[in-house]
Amino acid sequence: MPLSFTKRPSLVAYVTCGDPDLATTRAVVLAAIEAGADVIELGVPFSDPLADGPVIQRASERALKHATTLDQILKLAAEVRQRSQVGVIIFSYLNPIMRMGVPEFCAAAATAGVDGALITDLPVEEAGDYRREMGKRNLVTVFLAAPTSTDERLKSIAKASTGFVYAVSRTGITGVRKQLPEGARDLVRRIRRHTKLPIAVGFGISTPEQFAAVGEFADAAVVGSAIVETIEHNPGQEAEAVAAFVKRLTAVSRECSATTGKG
Amino acid sequence: MATASVSKRNSKAKKTGGKKTVANAAIPGRFGAYGGRYVPETLMAALGELEREYERARHDPKFRRRLHELFEQYAGRPTPLFLARRLTDKLGGAKIYLKREDLLHTGAHKINNCIGQALLVERMGKHRVIAETGAGQHGVATATVCALFGFECVVYMGTEDMRRQELNVFRMQLLGAEVRGVESGSRTLKDAINEAMRDWVTNVRTTHYLLGSVLGAHPYPTMVRDFHSVIGREARRQILKAEGKLPAAIIACVGGGSNAIGIFHEFIKDKKVQLVGVEAGGRSDCLGDHAARFRGGSPGILQGTYSYVLQDPGGQIAGTHSISAGLDYPSIGPEHAWLKDTGRAEYVSASDAEALESCTLLARTEGIIPALESAHAVAEVVKRAPKMKKSDVVIVNISGRGDKDMGILQESLSLNQLNH
Repeated sequence: MPLSFTKRPSLVAYVTCGDPDLATTRAVVLAAIEAGADVIELGVPFSDPLADGPVIQRASERALKHATTLDQILKLAAEVRQRSQVGVIIFSYLNPIMRMGVPEFCAAAATAGVDGALITDLPVEEAGDYRREMGKRNLVTVFLAAPTSTDERLKSIAKASTGFVYAVSRTGITGVRKQLPEGARDLVRRIRRHTKLPIAVGFGISTPEQFAAVGEFADAAVVGSAIVETIEHNPGQEAEAVAAFVKRLTAVSRECSATTGKG
Repeated sequence: MATASVSKRNSKAKKTGGKKTVANAAIPGRFGAYGGRYVPETLMAALGELEREYERARHDPKFRRRLHELFEQYAGRPTPLFLARRLTDKLGGAKIYLKREDLLHTGAHKINNCIGQALLVERMGKHRVIAETGAGQHGVATATVCALFGFECVVYMGTEDMRRQELNVFRMQLLGAEVRGVESGSRTLKDAINEAMRDWVTNVRTTHYLLGSVLGAHPYPTMVRDFHSVIGREARRQILKAEGKLPAAIIACVGGGSNAIGIFHEFIKDKKVQLVGVEAGGRSDCLGDHAARFRGGSPGILQGTYSYVLQDPGGQIAGTHSISAGLDYPSIGPEHAWLKDTGRAEYVSASDAEALESCTLLARTEGIIPALESAHAVAEVVKRAPKMKKSDVVIVNISGRGDKDMGILQESLSLNQLNH
């Protein structure tokens, strides 16, 4: 199933699954879709999230306190799929997937109706068999491109990705930032030379202004820590709070596209 | 990657490598199926740069000369190979030699690797160095070379380890390093590495990550091994001179495994020399109570490399425990995983109690107080030497000295009890 990036920018919404519990994650995801999220990234909590900032670290700890597993997350994905046709991506560190077995993971993800996966600590060089297994099940791959990636690497990242390319807006870990870094636009331009796939920009996007700004040069914006923080700050009302946040986040850009007639 | 390619790589290694048990030369950074480079994309360019610079440097006579000079004049190499006569007599079996890495500047083998990497940092024109530390030995060695080369230095250390190794925290600060406490996870070595990686991913353009063991993404396991392999080269020369033959066995403790690989490497081709790594058996065999990766672990990915990992059925990394902070880590260098699977090296464990006992034993028979890490290796020779022939020779790598452990030793040992 192709991921839909018709809006500009589309919203890729990340949640850490099981934070604070899976029932809440389910409610949050459905509320985010209802409020306008275009693709959902279901984050698999990991004990050693070395690419993540404090917000997602804390969420992972909360999720692991009651032992959230990849199996449970795939079940959640299947439930989401029954309710909605938006894109669903599994976002994970490699070890939980290796522990399940890559072929087993791909089979289970396909059965659950998941569209694809992104593995934070799996660079293209190490991804040969993973790509083959994902391909066999018609699952899309998403690889990260960083400001430090050479053009040669961007080329292989673009080639290895089949869903979209995730442009990491700056060197660093996940987390909310005040400003969208200058280099993001440049990175998207460099990636664009090698692919026609949608390009999503992530890391640090949290405000309606930043979100709208990404729409000027990329297809989608990934918002993670800001959503996870919203969940953290609104115990008992996570779904409502996330829905309100998503509406607020997308309001500016959606108005713009309405007036300028963009799709 | 993953199971499929892992098995392919294995069979390929077997075919092309023949009987060779050394690392798979066909794929740089792989030791059989183990090793690799599993990091966020942001770090890939820096790892590539480091690999290229190291390749150039190691063939550069000028680099090698400077490394050798600093080893000799700054670190205090070569370290002695000392015949432990009273310990040998007491155990009544094999003749025991101690490789005295504890006599090096800063008190442990760690300085070998730090000098090597500092020279590379200089070549790459970077000026900021970060490191992780568990026991504090690598942190102190890093702070030391940073002072020597004039680099800015930040050391990440779990707050639990800062408590256990208070004196080393002060030593690093005295040397001009900033020690940043890490409050996440178990607040030990693993968490310090996560935090150092987060710093590196953020400041990668100006910063070098001076990783302290044969862990992490390629080229670290190979490069760190090479810098420590001087231990084995010296030991081989020294034992041949002293005994006219190779040892029957070499014993070393294994946390990440840098001192062990350092002394093993030169002997890998000598099939008759038994290589024995000693992991931390901790306080029990339960997951969470030890750091014996080869007894309770399974292959997995942690912090950039594919090796044995202590983990739960869902692939979450398990907690560990050891009385020695330097062995308290849930994974092990990928080359050790390869040596283990091929049967070239044997891995055993020693408990906290055995390490403490052996520490006292060595102190009182030879007047040498080993680091608690190294005391695990001593514990194995205590078990093994009596079963060996008197004509056999065994070398124990005393990777560090026990000064840093006085607080823990004081807490754990009642000298009155010991005297009875």
